[in-house]
Amino acid sequence: MGLSRASSKLVSLSFLFIGLLALSVAPLFLPRFFIYLTALVLLTGLLATSLNLALGFGGMYQFNHSVFYGLGAYGLSLMLIKTSLPPLLGYIVGPVISAIMALIMGIICVRLSKLYFGMLQLSLGSLVWVVIYRWYSFTGGDDGLHGVPIPQLFSSVTGSYYFTLVVTFFCMVILYFIVHSPFGRILQAIRDNPERSASVGIRVRLQQLIALVIAGFFAGVAGGLFVTVEGSAFPDLLSWTLSLELIIMCLLGGWFTFFGPMLGAAIIVCLRALVGGYTEFWTLALAIILMLLIYFLPEGALGFFERIWHGKASASGEVK
Amino acid sequence: MLKVNDIQKSFDRFVAVKRANLEVSQGEIVAVIGPNGAGKSTLFKIISGHLKPDKGTISFRGKDITSMAPHQICRHGLSLSYQIVNIFNRQTVFENVQISVLSRIGKAFDFFTPSRNVAVPETDEILASVGLLGVRDRICGSLSHGEQKVLEIAIALGSKPELLILDEPTAGMSPEETFATISLLEKLNKEGLTILFCEHDIELVFSFANRIMVMQQGISIIQGPPAEVRENREVREAYIGGSD
Repeated sequence: MGLSRASSKLVSLSFLFIGLLALSVAPLFLPRFFIYLTALVLLTGLLATSLNLALGFGGMYQFNHSVFYGLGAYGLSLMLIKTSLPPLLGYIVGPVISAIMALIMGIICVRLSKLYFGMLQLSLGSLVWVVIYRWYSFTGGDDGLHGVPIPQLFSSVTGSYYFTLVVTFFCMVILYFIVHSPFGRILQAIRDNPERSASVGIRVRLQQLIALVIAGFFAGVAGGLFVTVEGSAFPDLLSWTLSLELIIMCLLGGWFTFFGPMLGAAIIVCLRALVGGYTEFWTLALAIILMLLIYFLPEGALGFFERIWHGKASASGEVK
Repeated sequence: MLKVNDIQKSFDRFVAVKRANLEVSQGEIVAVIGPNGAGKSTLFKIISGHLKPDKGTISFRGKDITSMAPHQICRHGLSLSYQIVNIFNRQTVFENVQISVLSRIGKAFDFFTPSRNVAVPETDEILASVGLLGVRDRICGSLSHGEQKVLEIAIALGSKPELLILDEPTAGMSPEETFATISLLEKLNKEGLTILFCEHDIELVFSFANRIMVMQQGISIIQGPPAEVRENREVREAYIGGSD
């Protein structure tokens, strides 16, 4: 048992090390488009992982997570365009704005559960989207903000890639610690049984609210990274259709696993970029994958592999 | 220790608890009995904060806990074990109890210590005391019904209660499991834990409880030692069966 846990950890660390090494040297070998695509995968993966803190580990139907992504992107863009404050400050201000909005929306939504939570969040998120979409003088309205003056160090494709890689890595490490901390364990307990959680002394709503704020903050970080890679921010970043895509990423990769959403993000971002290059009906491929997933891999791709791995690692199959 | 005064609770037009009075002193084992629908489980849910009463007050160690939320009541030293198994199904046995311990020792907002290293000896000690240490790493959904009922109690013990409320602790258990559970509860009581429980097995109640409160149609009709309750004519007619 102890041996299987140790070997499982060793395999995970080996995969992580090889992955990081490959990502670090990727710009030396890959064409510019694939460097850009990998950066997009990384930041979208961070965004999906932040959603999964609320959705997979917290059991909260966060149906409009992209609002916090968009706010992070607009926060950074507006600061870089309209102020002369140090540019790096924008990378803090954007996520903080997202976290504050997550706090406000969370206070309103956390009193409800499941679908009611999700529907109310969808409504509140749509209000934020409308403000961004119509406020031409400040946000650029439906045109968005383009040509954002990104700090020179990160403005090249390679520069933005390495910046995205480093920030994503540190954010993922922090999120990993949070998920595996006592806070994360209690959050998962609330997901499984909120009534029982309250009866053992847990402040259910406060715990959920803090998880929402953390998820909102990291979505804001991902928004800032998107601006760094793309040089622009637009209202579609806050749209509920993007939120739906993020939920699919979590389901696809495995919403009870930590790295599942990153895998889901990689599949969908690559699918859109590669299949989308040949046909505008790329979502057809997505729909087929989704149907296969629901029927054959309800725990998601990584969830499936984890189950197989744990099944082999433990003789009984019941031991976690 | 616990005082329940004139509690009333209705659901629409149905009055589940009409007038319930109950007193539990430190170190006692008190049973609440009554036929199905007498209001026992509703009363327990009111005491533990899961339901708000329409009328009446509840005090615990002199403090009014009537309008408190379940998590606040738990922190005052009162813990509930449910009638229907109510555990964290996706977690291991160890994690189920650890969650309760983490909450009690104030680690709910610890974001960076790996949870597998926190409160381990304390959690294992509770598991050993209830006889579940051997299955600590199993997913609790795979346990037998009897083991899950014991895990229920272990989760409640994780919050180190002064008063443990058990809603039918031996329901669905085999005779062996029932015997083991009662022995465990007797041991916990000897260690200083006060116990309030309800149970359908009348013989078990009369052999285990120090005092018994009888409920009928939402009203507490008598409260006293087992012998006194057994001799009460109203109780015999209403619940135990016949006056002879």
